[in-house]
Amino acid sequence: MPLPEGAGGRAASISLSRRGLRSDFVAKVGEISGQNLMACNQCGKCSAGCPAAFAMDLLPNQVIRLVQLGLEEVLQSRTIWLCASCLTCASRCPKGVDLSRVMDTLRLIVLRSGKAALSLSDLEKEDLLQAPQLAFISAMRKYMP
Amino acid sequence: MDIAYFPGCTLHAKATDLDRSARAAAELLGIRFVELSKWSCCGASFPTAGGNLMTLASPVRALAQASREGGNLITLCAICYNVLKRTNHLVSNDTESQKKLAMFTDEDYSGQTRVVHLLELLRDEVGLDRLRDRLVSSMKGLKVAPYYGCLLLRPQNEILLDDPDRPQILENFLDSLGCDVVDFPFKTECCGSFLAVSAEEVATDMAHRIVDGAVRRGAEAIVGTCPLCQFNLDNRQREMATRYKEFRQIPVFYFTQLLALGLGLEEATIGMGQHFVDPRPLLSGKGLL
Repeated sequence: MPLPEGAGGRAASISLSRRGLRSDFVAKVGEISGQNLMACNQCGKCSAGCPAAFAMDLLPNQVIRLVQLGLEEVLQSRTIWLCASCLTCASRCPKGVDLSRVMDTLRLIVLRSGKAALSLSDLEKEDLLQAPQLAFISAMRKYMP
Repeated sequence: MDIAYFPGCTLHAKATDLDRSARAAAELLGIRFVELSKWSCCGASFPTAGGNLMTLASPVRALAQASREGGNLITLCAICYNVLKRTNHLVSNDTESQKKLAMFTDEDYSGQTRVVHLLELLRDEVGLDRLRDRLVSSMKGLKVAPYYGCLLLRPQNEILLDDPDRPQILENFLDSLGCDVVDFPFKTECCGSFLAVSAEEVATDMAHRIVDGAVRRGAEAIVGTCPLCQFNLDNRQREMATRYKEFRQIPVFYFTQLLALGLGLEEATIGMGQHFVDPRPLLSGKGLL
């Protein structure tokens, strides 16, 4: 499977502090995504509607929770790479938080550190010969720096 | 009427059936698609993080070109539609982004072009009642499940095509063709999109949920609007058959293929040969082929 396996945020211990809430990481994600992360009150509609949630290690609402708390281990989850940008979450959030932009931001932070989540050799599969080119273009946009 | 047409990378390659059936059907209805004199790939995803404006240079150029070639722009690919509409929304509402893009592309474009989908034209310019009158074969008795996917509808405040959770535009169109429209819970559920390439099993499972959902409600075919959805829902039925016991295959059409069929166009124009699940037995059985 080409996507990163993901630690799923299952660290041996999680450290919570007020410092985390005010960290650069939270500010950065808020700035790049343009979202008011603190508006999320964890209602769970995003996770309930997410069509890929069944395959994720962290649920969408858990992702934003970890970001709110300044926990950078969220960047190691598989979830952010399984988001298909379908915008179901964004269309249902009662607080108007566009979680798809937050997911894009988390991917961007990882990609901008130089890590790719997919390599071209992963695409050399026979059954993909029938896939429309737009699939490759959007995949390369999402997974490669 | 003539309308500027943005094909996108896929329509002249993997989705020629969508392209041909749409253009031939539209021509019969008095709409001529005139391909833009200059265009390049829309980028296949709208960048939503971090001021990634570079990727919008191509859509801006296409939109600016269209403003000089009639002022309207039609596209058949749902991704292109989404990117073009969202680009329009951005340059119309965000002055800073509009200026940056204008400086980069040398096009002072700020949202003048109207981006339309064929379903809108059929509803508004042709009229569904007039369409019904033009039919050569009615599809009464053909049970179809309308499948929207995500990009055609969301984000709803930028796309403004229909309600994102309870849309009707595709149903109403299919109804005017005489089809028996089958409602099912997954008609706006994501097919997996590009996960088809990066996480195949996840995408296959997502697509299976949709196909199975339609079959359970009695659909004999699914009708979609996007080449990537087509791949996930149709081609990937090969994988679904190996992953799911008792999996029942079902053909997946582009809405334009049924339109072309209803208007009496020939099989070659409709493009039945590019499907994985051959729809011809079903259509012959209904006396439509």
